[in-house]
Amino acid sequence: MKAFALGAMAFCIFASTCLAAEPVEIKLAYIGPAKLPSTLSLVDQPADDDGLAGARLAIQDNNTTGAFLDQRFTLEEVRLKDGADAAAAASALADGGVSFILTDLSADDTLRAADAVRQRSAVILNVGARDDRLREEDCRANVIHVAPTRSMLADGLAQYLAWKRWKRWLLVVGSHPADRLYADALRRAATRFGAKIVAERVFEDRGGARRTDSGVTLIQRQMPVLTQDAPEYDVLVAADESETFGAYLPYRTWDPRPVAGSAGLVPKSWDAAHDQWGAIQLQNRFVKLNSRRMTELDMQAWTAARMVGEAAARTHSGDPGKVSDYMRSPDFSLAAFKGQSLTLRDWNLQLRQPILLADGRMVVSVSPQEGFLHQTSELDTLGVDRPETRCKLK
Amino acid sequence: MWRACLLLGSMAVCLVGASEPSQAFTAYVSNEKSNTVSVIDTEKWAVTKTIKVGQRPRGIEVTKDGKYVLVAVGDDDTIQMIDTAKQEVADTLPSGPDPELFVQDAEGKILYVANENDNLVTLIDIARRARVGDVPVGVEPEGMAISPDGKTLVNTSETTNMAHFIDTGTREIIANVLVDSRPRFAEFKRDNSELWVSSEIGGTVSVIDPAKRAVTSKIEFSIPGLRREAVQPVGMSITKDGKTGFVALGPANRVAVVDGGTHKVTKYLLVGQRVWHTAFTPDEKYLLATNGLSNDVSVIDVAALKVIKTVQVGELPWGVAMAQQ
Repeated sequence: MKAFALGAMAFCIFASTCLAAEPVEIKLAYIGPAKLPSTLSLVDQPADDDGLAGARLAIQDNNTTGAFLDQRFTLEEVRLKDGADAAAAASALADGGVSFILTDLSADDTLRAADAVRQRSAVILNVGARDDRLREEDCRANVIHVAPTRSMLADGLAQYLAWKRWKRWLLVVGSHPADRLYADALRRAATRFGAKIVAERVFEDRGGARRTDSGVTLIQRQMPVLTQDAPEYDVLVAADESETFGAYLPYRTWDPRPVAGSAGLVPKSWDAAHDQWGAIQLQNRFVKLNSRRMTELDMQAWTAARMVGEAAARTHSGDPGKVSDYMRSPDFSLAAFKGQSLTLRDWNLQLRQPILLADGRMVVSVSPQEGFLHQTSELDTLGVDRPETRCKLK
Repeated sequence: MWRACLLLGSMAVCLVGASEPSQAFTAYVSNEKSNTVSVIDTEKWAVTKTIKVGQRPRGIEVTKDGKYVLVAVGDDDTIQMIDTAKQEVADTLPSGPDPELFVQDAEGKILYVANENDNLVTLIDIARRARVGDVPVGVEPEGMAISPDGKTLVNTSETTNMAHFIDTGTREIIANVLVDSRPRFAEFKRDNSELWVSSEIGGTVSVIDPAKRAVTSKIEFSIPGLRREAVQPVGMSITKDGKTGFVALGPANRVAVVDGGTHKVTKYLLVGQRVWHTAFTPDEKYLLATNGLSNDVSVIDVAALKVIKTVQVGELPWGVAMAQQ
């Protein structure tokens, strides 16, 4: 009888109707912005379902496994317009029985959402915000961070530049707050891994359009001027999260130098070209489902929803408390095509993860680099480590 | 038995040996990056031929009749059949996309292939070269093993993290056993008393009771000076008597020797870099282990538990299969 029931469940994956026992339902939601950011390169322009598509694939993966365990995962999708109330959106989801809310929101909105659902014991899985402060002075006990921080990304890049012995950096920083935060992380990384910032330049964003019919002629004149008369340097490191100038730098610098940071060699959690450690299988599944390549935001959302699925499978439970406790326990780990298991830092609930360094076509390297040692996990050579943390989980 | 006699005067003195003289077998090693299969003579411990195959050869096995070597060439979406007499590719099997690992039934008639892209185990009639059925399983099916009585097929799914028990008669799943992260390979003991499943990212081998279909113990690995994450068990071979298991530990660059009774590691044998899969010579005197990143194969003396030889092969050697001749 049991054999029959399991056979029937396996069949359910492919059939719309299902005769097996009522499965336990585990509700997830995704809150993302309605308006997507503009990028300098058309190639980088995010799709409408950027991030969301990764969460949907993970839900599908969770449900394939769930069919064998009598668990069913659902995903509610919410898009917030500029200025919309993130706290109200999160509260409404929690009131509707959603226990795990994936967010791609600004740091402030992430905190508003987290504080709004705190009493309802819902967990926020931050898939979009890179801000270190969310893991440090503004950390929350009900927020798990899947996105890598700016400091993790900067450290991943700095380790590779140290390995290359490109120790003299010219730092070019954008004029927006996010650019300045990334620059802070890069300065910290330079100090940690023995690089020297020989000079800094600021690219002032005067609000020009990203698309113009004859822009290339102008850019070709601007970028050499921006980078001329610099002291001797090995690599130009750009901090441009706002997408106002970074992608203009390669091949246009005054001195012939490689570019890294926000353009050229970019540190990121995932890349469409990543195919090691079985990643090709995930990439294939994603392309098949979405007819486009998988971005880092897609991967961060996939990872978050898979973390919930993994914890539910291991605990054989749909109880939100049990699932979320398991995610925070030392037994929890996730396989995510990065060559080693991913675990949570217990002091601030940040997911440890290798950082890929990609040039837009290929994955050039993966950090941590060989030789950067750590007493507990080499992944803790990336970002703010336990002894330095300002987080007190509450 | 072998016998060597000397005539000393009128007295015949005979030396009687207890074992067969060392016999030559043939090992086939798939080289993932070179798109070749290296043929190794196990007497000379030398590569005697390099066979050109399709793109990204990984899973490799000899058919039960010894006539073919089957090799999954993932990027060509097929399984190629190498004629062992001619030592060249003779035919292909319709595996479905990106095949990696597969297993034959006891008679060598049906081939079960893990079809990772579609979450299916695909059944192929080897003689007819035809796809005859599918069984839906978990996300990213990978490891495949068939029970000694032929009644149960086990498939491991890498993202679902389960060993699925499939009835080979009804072709339906009869049980699912949760194991540690990213289960890669499954191997039965010959007496059907245990099924071992290696978890690459979990870093353990789960020992499953095939009758109860439950994990009864876990083999743990601890190598001084190595981080836990570097220990990634993949390929395994268990001796016919079930007393000793060998587990390839990937980037830990070691093969663990495991006591089949206590499930404790008794020794770590240092081999080449990123050791992936293993196979015994038919007489079980030697175990071959492929070292992906050092482009060679380590030869382990099973009785002495020592690495006695290293044979250079192609780039990124992945799987190894052994033939009688």
